[in-house]
Amino acid sequence: MSLPRTPRRFAAARPPRPAPAGHVRIRVAGLRVERAGRTVLDGIDLRVRAGEVHALVGPNGAGKSTLLGAISGDVPAAAGRIEVDGLPRESWSPVELAWRRAVLAQRNTLSFPFTVGEVVRMGRAPWAGRPERDQDDAVVADVLERCDVARFAARPYPALSGGEQARAALARVLAQRATTLLLDEPTAALDLRHQELVMHIARERARAGDAVVVVLHDLTLTGAYADTVTLLGDGRVRAAGAPRDVLTAPLLSGVYRYDIDVVPHPRDGLPLIVPRRGRPARPSADEER
Amino acid sequence: MTTLRKRPAPAADPTPVPGAPRSPGRRGTVLLAGLGVALVLVALLAAGRGQVAISPAEVLGSVLHRLGLDLGPLPSAAQGENALWIVRFPRVLLAAVVGAALGCAGAVMQGVFGNPLAEPGVIGVSAGAAVGAALAIVTGVTVLGGWTVPLAAFAGGLATTYLVYALARSGGRTEVVTLVLTGVAVNAVAGSVIGLLMFVTDQAGVQAIAFWNLGSLAQASWTAVGLAAPCLLVGLAVACADARRLDLLALGEPAARHLGVNTERLRLRLIVVTALPGAAAVAFTGIISFVGLVVPHLIRMVAGPGHRVLLVASALGGAVVVIGADLAARTLVEHQELPLGVLTAVIGGPAFFWLLRRTRDRAGGWG
Repeated sequence: MSLPRTPRRFAAARPPRPAPAGHVRIRVAGLRVERAGRTVLDGIDLRVRAGEVHALVGPNGAGKSTLLGAISGDVPAAAGRIEVDGLPRESWSPVELAWRRAVLAQRNTLSFPFTVGEVVRMGRAPWAGRPERDQDDAVVADVLERCDVARFAARPYPALSGGEQARAALARVLAQRATTLLLDEPTAALDLRHQELVMHIARERARAGDAVVVVLHDLTLTGAYADTVTLLGDGRVRAAGAPRDVLTAPLLSGVYRYDIDVVPHPRDGLPLIVPRRGRPARPSADEER
Repeated sequence: MTTLRKRPAPAADPTPVPGAPRSPGRRGTVLLAGLGVALVLVALLAAGRGQVAISPAEVLGSVLHRLGLDLGPLPSAAQGENALWIVRFPRVLLAAVVGAALGCAGAVMQGVFGNPLAEPGVIGVSAGAAVGAALAIVTGVTVLGGWTVPLAAFAGGLATTYLVYALARSGGRTEVVTLVLTGVAVNAVAGSVIGLLMFVTDQAGVQAIAFWNLGSLAQASWTAVGLAAPCLLVGLAVACADARRLDLLALGEPAARHLGVNTERLRLRLIVVTALPGAAAVAFTGIISFVGLVVPHLIRMVAGPGHRVLLVASALGGAVVVIGADLAARTLVEHQELPLGVLTAVIGGPAFFWLLRRTRDRAGGWG
């Protein structure tokens, strides 16, 4: 396990092997991240398993995106280790990593007006020169359909609306067919129907054996779709486990510093997480006149 | 667009899946062929025009005869053959090489910085080369004979590029904004150094620096062509091998990295291969602006932003533009030669503004 950094440089590149549900794809141990001398994450332990949707939730500034960035390699770690498929992340080559994890960032800009179809096809880049390349056309067509952007395929990506761009970016990430998906707020720019669509896709990928890490703000959405929830607050893990254990009123109220109610949905029993509101004083219709 | 569901049953014809162009699309092929033809035509025309007039057919005949093919007419004008082979051909060829180098270097730089407004000048090739040339002129060093100024320019360009790159790096990474801003600062410093050199030197030195700054192909020779051409070919070959990775860089550096690109190494490699032809071009002709900026823009409008077509087409387009501009520079005014760099900037500046507005409207900005 504690291999030096470059022992595999001349070894043949290995695509990921399918793994049974429960197999640990990503392991984070004792992670600390500092930014400008301030500790933003400390003592983070996390396991992401094949076949699960793993939600990262918490208030603004809790460190959700930083944690995702540290796992994907965009944010340097001050201490601790991050393993991908049982080996330190640094020991994989860039292409081997690209076979193992795909990343959807919060913002997805494009410097040149490529079409949506071309952008999605870029997701196939890691498989160039390999047998998987024969599936390029089928995979691209499939993810365009799934993300409901097939009708925009010939349009320039910069000409789409924010929500359409977000779905096109997700399609590109799915086209990569990596075994772990790291999604940073994939539902942020989306309307209600497309939020559900995206979380359905996340569930489908998990059922197909992928590990899905997703940063979410909508706790009700989390309760409906996640298998595991890690609740972050002030740069630490405040709770982790099944949604019914983590998404509880006392725990959430403490971490979010706001009174929160958790009530079961009258029809399906899934938790509805709502802030406690006094009836806001609104001028009545009479007064308004 | 919506023909996705009907995937072709057997391997009948290549799948028309959106975004599929794995080989350059039809538009790209037509564009490349058109530019190739245009290059040959403008070169034949440019070689024939001048004090000794030679028809394009005679120019072609002369070339074919040298190649051992007994086809076409030979130049009928007195000294026609000499005018072609000693003066015109090296000039036209150098114009083609310099134009191709500028066009290709511009396309690569824009891809590397992910900014359609970037060009070799941004990272300091032009400014550094100008400092090198000015230093050689002012100090009067002539250890290398007539090659002193071009070589000093070449060395200055490469050194400045490396300096910009080294200054802009921190923690093994290079932020695009930092790199561009560093380039701006280096350009400013280089400009003031040139100003200072012009201040301390004598009248002749001021004139030499000014002319070099304006850009001209008047000093073209076969030796210059022989030195600049390999720089171009190496740069173009390496850039073309990285064309797909350049496409991925449009997603931003983190996203390209997540797709398996070693972005740090790619960027370093591309900066060196751009500095090489860019500095070589500037070294033999002085500063010729706008070509590296506007030619790739035009190509993108016709063939889209994919780099596999863009790189080669920008090289071809740059060559056509510089040959044409040089032809205009030496024939517009009788017995006078306009400064080439000034001519390209006068046409290129307004054209650039127009392109800017048009591209923004069409593609909804650059995201």
